[in-house]
Amino acid sequence: MNRIVKYIILDILKNKIVIIYTLLLSILSWSVFSLEDNSSKGMLTLLNVILLTVPLVSVIFSTIYLYNSSEFIELLLSQPIKRSKIWNSLFMGLVISLMLSFFIGVGIPILIYSPNDVGIMMLLVGIFISTIFVSIAFLSSILTRDKAKGIGISIILWLFFGLLFDGIVLFLLFQLSDYPIEKLMIGITALNPIDLARILILLHLDVSAMMGHTGAVFKEFFGTSLGIIIVFIILLLWIVIPYYASILKFKSKDL
Amino acid sequence: MIEINQLHKSFGKLKVLNDINLTFSSGDCIALIGPNGCGKTTLIKSILGMVIPDKGNIKVNGKLISKDYQYREQIGYMPQIGRYPDNMTIGHIIEMIKDIRKTNQKLDEELLNQFLLKSMFDKRMRTLSGGTTQKVSATIAFLFNPNILILDEPTAGLDPLASEILKEKIITEKQKGKLILITSHLLSELDELISHVVFMNEGQVKFHKTIADLKDATGEQKISKAIANVLKSTIHE
Amino acid sequence: MKIFFKIFLVFFLPNCFFGKQLNVGAGKPILSIKEAISKSNKGDSIFVYGGIYKEGNIIIDKPLSLFGIDYPVLDGQKKFEVLSIKANNVLVTGFKLQKSGMATLDDPGGIKVYDSKCVTICNNILDDNFFGIYLQYSKHCIIKNNKLIAYATEEQQIGNGIHCWKSDSLQIIENDVTGHRDGIYFEFVTNSIIWKNNSIKNIRYGLHFMFSNNDAYISNTFKNNGAGVAVMFTHKVKMINNIFEENWGDAAYGLMLKEISDSYIYGNQFKRNTTGIYMEGTNRIKVEKNNLQANGWGMKIQASCMDNEIKQNNFLNNTFDISTNGSVVLNNFDNNYWDKYEGYDLNKDKIGDIPYHPLSLFSIIVEKNPPAMLLFRSFMINLLDKSEKILPSLTPDNFIDNKPLMNAVTL
Repeated sequence: MNRIVKYIILDILKNKIVIIYTLLLSILSWSVFSLEDNSSKGMLTLLNVILLTVPLVSVIFSTIYLYNSSEFIELLLSQPIKRSKIWNSLFMGLVISLMLSFFIGVGIPILIYSPNDVGIMMLLVGIFISTIFVSIAFLSSILTRDKAKGIGISIILWLFFGLLFDGIVLFLLFQLSDYPIEKLMIGITALNPIDLARILILLHLDVSAMMGHTGAVFKEFFGTSLGIIIVFIILLLWIVIPYYASILKFKSKDL
Repeated sequence: MIEINQLHKSFGKLKVLNDINLTFSSGDCIALIGPNGCGKTTLIKSILGMVIPDKGNIKVNGKLISKDYQYREQIGYMPQIGRYPDNMTIGHIIEMIKDIRKTNQKLDEELLNQFLLKSMFDKRMRTLSGGTTQKVSATIAFLFNPNILILDEPTAGLDPLASEILKEKIITEKQKGKLILITSHLLSELDELISHVVFMNEGQVKFHKTIADLKDATGEQKISKAIANVLKSTIHE
Repeated sequence: MKIFFKIFLVFFLPNCFFGKQLNVGAGKPILSIKEAISKSNKGDSIFVYGGIYKEGNIIIDKPLSLFGIDYPVLDGQKKFEVLSIKANNVLVTGFKLQKSGMATLDDPGGIKVYDSKCVTICNNILDDNFFGIYLQYSKHCIIKNNKLIAYATEEQQIGNGIHCWKSDSLQIIENDVTGHRDGIYFEFVTNSIIWKNNSIKNIRYGLHFMFSNNDAYISNTFKNNGAGVAVMFTHKVKMINNIFEENWGDAAYGLMLKEISDSYIYGNQFKRNTTGIYMEGTNRIKVEKNNLQANGWGMKIQASCMDNEIKQNNFLNNTFDISTNGSVVLNNFDNNYWDKYEGYDLNKDKIGDIPYHPLSLFSIIVEKNPPAMLLFRSFMINLLDKSEKILPSLTPDNFIDNKPLMNAVTL
């Protein structure tokens, strides 16, 4: 890890928003686990929290941070350093510090209350979701010079993945209810990292039994270790593709 | 030292740089002047590799700068507005840039001392005034003894005392035979420093002259007046 | 005079009732049970001592009492029905019956009772049999305190634990059944009682109950069975103080009721089942003072149910308290306790002042379109549910508890 990453992390970790985010996550997780009488229910509630706040904070905080760093990026660019290294350092800095926040806020309570395979998976999923939305923030902030527009794009993407996408899924479910659409649905969920993460966790909690036939089809896929590996590969693609697109754009960007 | 050949750049439909040809050599102290939006900053950013030209090329020390980044070791840059991550301290920033440069050379800490920054090493950037931030930017630009100094509005936002310190520093560096490129719109400030003037307008270089030539041609002793004269004549043409 | 009577009781009565006593076992006068049966007369007692008896199919064709001493093992060697009872007034106690044959045609069992009355089967261990205890056309039989274990993993490989068919006035008491297809199976059985049994980890149902009227099952535990308990095509059944627990799986229920009428469900615990109670085509059932806790669905009540009364139950911690597939509501849901109720009680009569809508929008969506369960815990669904709570528009507005209780009912 180079110095730039180190100082970026130090900078972000001292940021008020990140401190509040960490506190919020830990208050939520501790209270969820101490209020719910069984840890499986606690995990469910926590899943909700993770899938709502983590993407929101990750994407918006990263976008704002990138825009606020534009002069800093210029300063770095005037130094003998590769463009990609600057972008990578910013990415690593944001990802590592948000991961750290997540780990302190959610990871520790999970490891204490639910140190099983679902707990570990939840932790991994949270870390992946954080990273994915940092990556999406990198893409949306490189798309436009205008800070307000960039933040707007980030919020819209978050709304889309967190809310609108599920609306579309529900619509499709009703439109295509006469057809066997389970396999198609597996494909469609791959288009939304939040859904993918949610369903992966749900199928490993006992609520999966409530999903009936669809659940069974999904379990056939997500329940196997191959399925889990595929899910994580897709999540990885969700990190790599937006970030790679952003770095391509950054390399030829005029600052 | 710096050679700019047929440089073109447009942002969308707007032509920002239109066929720029310039050569700067060491020992020069060039004032890059012109109205707002004339392409000064874009030109500087092109030299620094922040803006990638559409056409033409730039050579620093005879080497093309496209697809290279090492050449920036020789450049010290002071931006017009310095903004740094809120929670980094002055110490962190200097530390970080030292790490990027990985230089074993002795550092030029003159400005660091004169601006009394050492006592503020642990202060966060967020808490600094605009002037102090500029002091940090200036310090960084000079810290590594670069052969080329690019200063974008260096004295803007500095108090008179600091401004004077910076000017002194620029003169010393100039005497060491370094190439210094300054943009400014306050012409009078530059009188004692500069050897050449480059005037730009609407993306083109209107003239590139030594101070002596300029004074001779217009018969004015003050640079600002001389330039004003030239401008008048060009407009009348 | 009294003393004579007592002497008479002690010395003569046993002979009067039990007839003579035959001992079977290694080192005993008779070596095989079959031989003992053939040598015995009506009303005799046969004492079988510890050991393994591989005698094929043992048929009891006269009123006898068989006593196992130290749990003699009757082994069917996976080929034979172990014990067939084809006479009235038979007692079988203290045996271990194991490894009956497996055949789907004639359903061999550990113990099978054919057309008999007053048979008592108690304190036996039935291990690894196809059917455990099988009764057909029998009356006034008592099946008590037997332990039945089987080891099958699939439905087709195994019969039921206690299987009763076309019988009347049975008492099934304190038996433990594990690993069979259905723990207890009732078909065309009337006027019978199932009491204090534990039916755990059976492959299909803990209790399977069809066309069996006027029965009661009380204080049983049905836990961790493949599909829970099914009660179908029956009327006048009383289900009291049972525990339905952890029947968790794709198509599992705590209790499934299908075409049931005039029955009474009281004081039961439904915990951690996929669906606590599933009702289809039920009429005039009273569901009272039950605890429905931590189930996926507390209660699924299909539109085909009419005039049921669901009152004073506790709905605690269920993912969905209630779900239904219709919009017409012909059942009464007043006076229950719902832990999701957010109303208030200003006049302190312990009844909430505003009615409660136990149906959530998402439960209706899922009922109409089961794959929508995929969106469970999605942010959008939470939002929809919240807005529906505030402004009900899609949920049937008469699906309502007009008098929701403020505190849980103590059972």
